[in-house]
Amino acid sequence: MNLVRLQGPTDFEGWRRAARSLRLRGVEPNAVVWAVAGEGDLFAEPAGVEDGPPAGPGFRTPRAFVDLAEEVICHRDGERFDLLYRLLWRFEREQTLMLDITDPDVARAREMAKNVSRASHKMKAFVRFRRIEGLEPEAFAAWFEPAHFVVERTSGFFVRRFTGMLFSILTPDLCCHWDGEALSFSAGVSRDQAPADDVLEDYWRTYYASIFNPARLKVKAMQAEMPKRYWRNLPEARLIPDLIATAGERTAAMVASAPTQPARHAIKAARAAARDAPFGEGQPRSLEELVAGVDGCRRCDLWKDATQGVPGEGAALARLMFVGEQPGDQEDLAGRPFVGPAGQVFNQALEKAGVPREETYVTNAVKHFKHELRGKRRIHKTPVTPEIVACRWWLDSERRLIRPRVIVALGATAAQAVFGRATPIKANRGRAIQLDDQAQGVVTYHPSFLLRVPDARAKAEGFAALVEDLALAWKLAA
Amino acid sequence: MAVLDLKRKLSILSDAAKYDASCASSGSSKRDSVGGKGVGSTEGMGICHAYAPDGRCISLLKILLTNFCIYDCAYCINRVSSNVARARFTVQEVVDLTLGFYKRNYIEGLFLSSGIIKSGDYTLEEMVRVAKSLRLDHDFRGYIHLKLIPEASPALVLEAGLYADRVSINIELPSDASLTALAPQKDVRVIKKAMGGVRLAIDEGREKGRKTRPPKFAPAGQSTQLIIGADACSDGEILNRSARLYGGYGLRRVYYSAFSPIPDSSRSLPLERPPLLREHRLYQADWLMRFYGFEREEIVGDQGNLDLAIDPKLAWALAHREDFPVDVNRADREALLRTPGLGVKTVDRMIALRRQKRLRLEDVKRLARGVEKVKPFIVAEDWSPGSLTDRLDLRAQVAPEQPRLL
Repeated sequence: MNLVRLQGPTDFEGWRRAARSLRLRGVEPNAVVWAVAGEGDLFAEPAGVEDGPPAGPGFRTPRAFVDLAEEVICHRDGERFDLLYRLLWRFEREQTLMLDITDPDVARAREMAKNVSRASHKMKAFVRFRRIEGLEPEAFAAWFEPAHFVVERTSGFFVRRFTGMLFSILTPDLCCHWDGEALSFSAGVSRDQAPADDVLEDYWRTYYASIFNPARLKVKAMQAEMPKRYWRNLPEARLIPDLIATAGERTAAMVASAPTQPARHAIKAARAAARDAPFGEGQPRSLEELVAGVDGCRRCDLWKDATQGVPGEGAALARLMFVGEQPGDQEDLAGRPFVGPAGQVFNQALEKAGVPREETYVTNAVKHFKHELRGKRRIHKTPVTPEIVACRWWLDSERRLIRPRVIVALGATAAQAVFGRATPIKANRGRAIQLDDQAQGVVTYHPSFLLRVPDARAKAEGFAALVEDLALAWKLAA
Repeated sequence: MAVLDLKRKLSILSDAAKYDASCASSGSSKRDSVGGKGVGSTEGMGICHAYAPDGRCISLLKILLTNFCIYDCAYCINRVSSNVARARFTVQEVVDLTLGFYKRNYIEGLFLSSGIIKSGDYTLEEMVRVAKSLRLDHDFRGYIHLKLIPEASPALVLEAGLYADRVSINIELPSDASLTALAPQKDVRVIKKAMGGVRLAIDEGREKGRKTRPPKFAPAGQSTQLIIGADACSDGEILNRSARLYGGYGLRRVYYSAFSPIPDSSRSLPLERPPLLREHRLYQADWLMRFYGFEREEIVGDQGNLDLAIDPKLAWALAHREDFPVDVNRADREALLRTPGLGVKTVDRMIALRRQKRLRLEDVKRLARGVEKVKPFIVAEDWSPGSLTDRLDLRAQVAPEQPRLL
């Protein structure tokens, strides 16, 4: 019989060394007894493992096992050392054993690891510090009873979180102390070593009682996450029985009490605000009115799913006006035209053509973003004729207020809106077209069309054509 | 006016905050207090420090700066016409309470909201002062969630995002019509615009490959809340709203809060509360949309409601028997995710395990924690459901006898 005595309940290094030596010597799991120093064991005399000569070649331990074993060793179950050695022993024949999560040994080890990880998590959650009175700088101490031996593995969390504060966490197993610079451990103590109270606990209980909604009692859900074994060290837990007992009564009282009438002045104020809203049916007389009107527009249904109406933007007396199709995803969020990917292409083309954007006016044929949802993305959808027609009200107002000399329609939708009829781009681009209001029109590709052209050469040609048309328009407007 | 002591204020202003369902403190950037002069850390997963008997997690100090409010939203306990007791914290009081609670390990941080006093700008400015003081004066590195005021100026919203981990704007009601009816001063256009602005700021804060990295804006993203059962909206309308919010504004979460009776209720609201189960089913449907590859239309029609008796994935599977059984040893991830009883984790573990061995029913049982509900829909190495999948009484076989939540 081989007796291995470990330094402490979580002596992973000791276990690892002993297990390695035992396995090399071919000692079978049922011929080993594991004990922890200081815990009452059957054998009076301590015995280390003699480093006898190894019986076979060396061996490798899967990383997954080492990670698991480091957790399992913190479990309170006395069987843990034995179980881990048995697993180590079995690797020789069953190399993929760790993957077989349906094996009873593997399943048990995994369950123990899970218990440990949960105990560590609950320690992070349920430690409650109390201020040690009379000490400066502030120092705190907590009394905590962990479900497993998790003080060492969890103490790092508290150091990272409370670096600028002095604290001790006292437990029956082991205590940890942070002095602002170093972490140290000492033997377990009894609860009377911890401060008995803290002035803020009453405030915490006030908060706990007030945040509870008696109309939605779910006691089981609470207990699943906050098991009773932790209650005696949680200052708020003493309120629970009473909160549960009075919940039904409180809810009934709320439902039974007669509803009050809303204050008349509030309703009146709201009605007045609705009446004075900045949207009227009259044609806008200024760009400011137009901006407000576009945002409040209900002439078609596109406003429903859009964030906002996106009006045109630019010089109030621009000689050159650009009309695009409709705002895209980015334009819809920002409330400004041509700021997304197509806007970048547009800006590059303007620069190449020598057209200063700030001296022009940039708008869209349709002012709300038409799209459909695909998963979590909003995909652009081309507006249909009724929507284009409905929105001409705004485009015409912009034309009337700005009176540009030249209007450039970018893409087919814009061409339809500007010229009032379908105007194919390829056949009509590169020349001036007379418009009814004495302005001249130019039609060219929409920048986003170029984004979708897959062939690099065709793309370059399209971009060159766009630049050419922009330069032409700028010349016409001069 | 009588001067209220701090404990009384805390009682009033946390009672007023409890109808906000959000309490998450996860998903922010990883950081800790090492090398700083204060306290605080966020390590990815948030921690629930306590649970109230309503089953809700208490992770943050969730309070209102004040419950005075100039608005009159019918569903809200703090509306101007309510007879509830009023209080207002000073900036310093909130800072002290947050740090005091944090140092005792009661909380992960602060969730600050407020009634609207004077104006949106004034209110948000006060809230930003709290966050700023915590971050700059005290080097606080814990979690901060600020409830934005949509009417406030964009510059203030940007400042809020510099100090907060998460920002949120509550849209509260699923349809624009009910928002107008129940919250006359709120304007859905203003809310959407504010969400759009936040999304742009978040995206910009994340943009990679930039030489001068802009300060991170709200690293834990934005969220919102919808109240369920205060108006007549169907589940289809609610989920449609959510899908559009996720798609348009990149929200991390939409919270559903079953309308709960409040101490001083308005005449325009139902007195009866909706079943909590409805809220639960909406969360399940929401998860299906976000993690299981379902489109809203597949889960429920525009005007339809979710089945309260069974979960939405099971309901979908029962209506699409032709897609089953699914072979757990061959099926792709998408098909496995659509199988009742198999969650994302389970599916990923199954896929990892089946590289090692052929999956048997016993393996599925261990991985999925229970197999009765899954059985009719799968084929495993030693299991075939035969005609079970097509049986007319399958629903009765797999439906839980009694829904757990009422």
